[in-house]
Amino acid sequence: MDMKNTVLDLLEEICQTDVVKENGDIELFEEGLLDSFGMVSLLMGIEERLGIRVGISEVDREQWSTPNKIIAILENWV
Amino acid sequence: MIPYSSFSFFMILGILFVPVVVLGYKEKRSIVYNSLVHAVILLLAFASDIHQLVSFIVYIVWQVILVNWYAAYRKEKNEAGVFYAVVFLALVPLLVTKLLPVWDVSNIVGFLGISYLTFKTVQMIIDMRDGALKTATLKEQLTFLLFSPTISSGPIDRFKRFQKDMETIPTREEYRLLLYKGINKIFLGFLYKFIIAYVINDRVIETPFIQAHTPLSTFIYMYAYSLYLFFDFAGYSAFAIGASYIMGVKTPENFNLPFMSRNIKDFWNRWHMSLSFWFRDYVYMRFVFWMMKKKWIQNRYTVSYIGYFLLFFLMGVWHGLELHYVAYGLYHAALMISYDYFERKNKQWKIWKKNKVTEVLSIIITFHVICFGFLIFSGRLF
Repeated sequence: MDMKNTVLDLLEEICQTDVVKENGDIELFEEGLLDSFGMVSLLMGIEERLGIRVGISEVDREQWSTPNKIIAILENWV
Repeated sequence: MIPYSSFSFFMILGILFVPVVVLGYKEKRSIVYNSLVHAVILLLAFASDIHQLVSFIVYIVWQVILVNWYAAYRKEKNEAGVFYAVVFLALVPLLVTKLLPVWDVSNIVGFLGISYLTFKTVQMIIDMRDGALKTATLKEQLTFLLFSPTISSGPIDRFKRFQKDMETIPTREEYRLLLYKGINKIFLGFLYKFIIAYVINDRVIETPFIQAHTPLSTFIYMYAYSLYLFFDFAGYSAFAIGASYIMGVKTPENFNLPFMSRNIKDFWNRWHMSLSFWFRDYVYMRFVFWMMKKKWIQNRYTVSYIGYFLLFFLMGVWHGLELHYVAYGLYHAALMISYDYFERKNKQWKIWKKNKVTEVLSIIITFHVICFGFLIFSGRLF
């Protein structure tokens, strides 16, 4: 499965809504869909399903604010 | 001389800033001159007490050795045990400072701002462990640690954010705006700290009526002290942020209308933000991640609650090991856990619906709950 769908599935599970799939530009933190706990679950899922290790201190909330932004960051992850 | 506490300090600061402002308008920054500014402010802060000055220098040397040793080590290996040992060693000076008063030993290790500096060094070590911070030259480390506007009580900046400001020199127009905002903040600080906080302290808290420990006086004291604490600390923060701006550094905010919080979670996103975000990122999130990975506890909410407990317990202890600080931490841990539980259940039961009335009520309830927390914090109860 490709990166984009994996991330969207993860976000859908964590935020418990499919809005994240419909609107890729939704502000996850501002809309109250994602909090610190959700963020940790997301990083855990990314590590397990995509094999990408993202350290907690590498996450900048302003850069990780929407599904599209998160996907773009992960696609360019070195 | 405690920074931002006297008229003469502001006079000296004003004179020291003249060349900074002139260079700023020319789209320039002199590292040499800025270092001189920091040296003068640090000397003003510590030189009156030789113990403090020596402790400060020894502390900086100690932390720089640790950070550099760990940076070199991390390039080769990444053992958890070594990481914890280095974090512990970085915490030792702070632990000793907090423990000495408890043991009734006179404190010669501590100096003004040690607790805030420790946040800076520990975050660098943790970022290195994560791989988020690969290299930091000695010059970069010292510039970050010795940045004088925030030396005594924060706000706590992040290395990478700070580094970005160091690498970019604002354009004339950007600098003009920074300077304007900076001066504006410093004057807001005067209003908060030297007028409002001063008046609350002088006309309410220090009056014989409030000083007499009756239930009514304690009740009034609770609100007066809460407001005093806010205006005093928000005033200080405004000075520190304003002075940072003038030096071209956008030090993060500490307060965002905390008494307008709708619930306790909201409050911790508005009160002493640079501290609570630090604990959120470096204690709570890391703990939750670690626990989830180890899978010792299946229930994710239990993990989150232990995380909250740890965060607020440590935050309480960080203020000091006195009983009232520990109680303050535990009080907020209990509030966060109860609120989180309530918020979750409310999604099913829908007892507390979202509308204008409940919003106003939420703000009022939260305000009183917070003020009670500050009453515990003040140490007046026990």
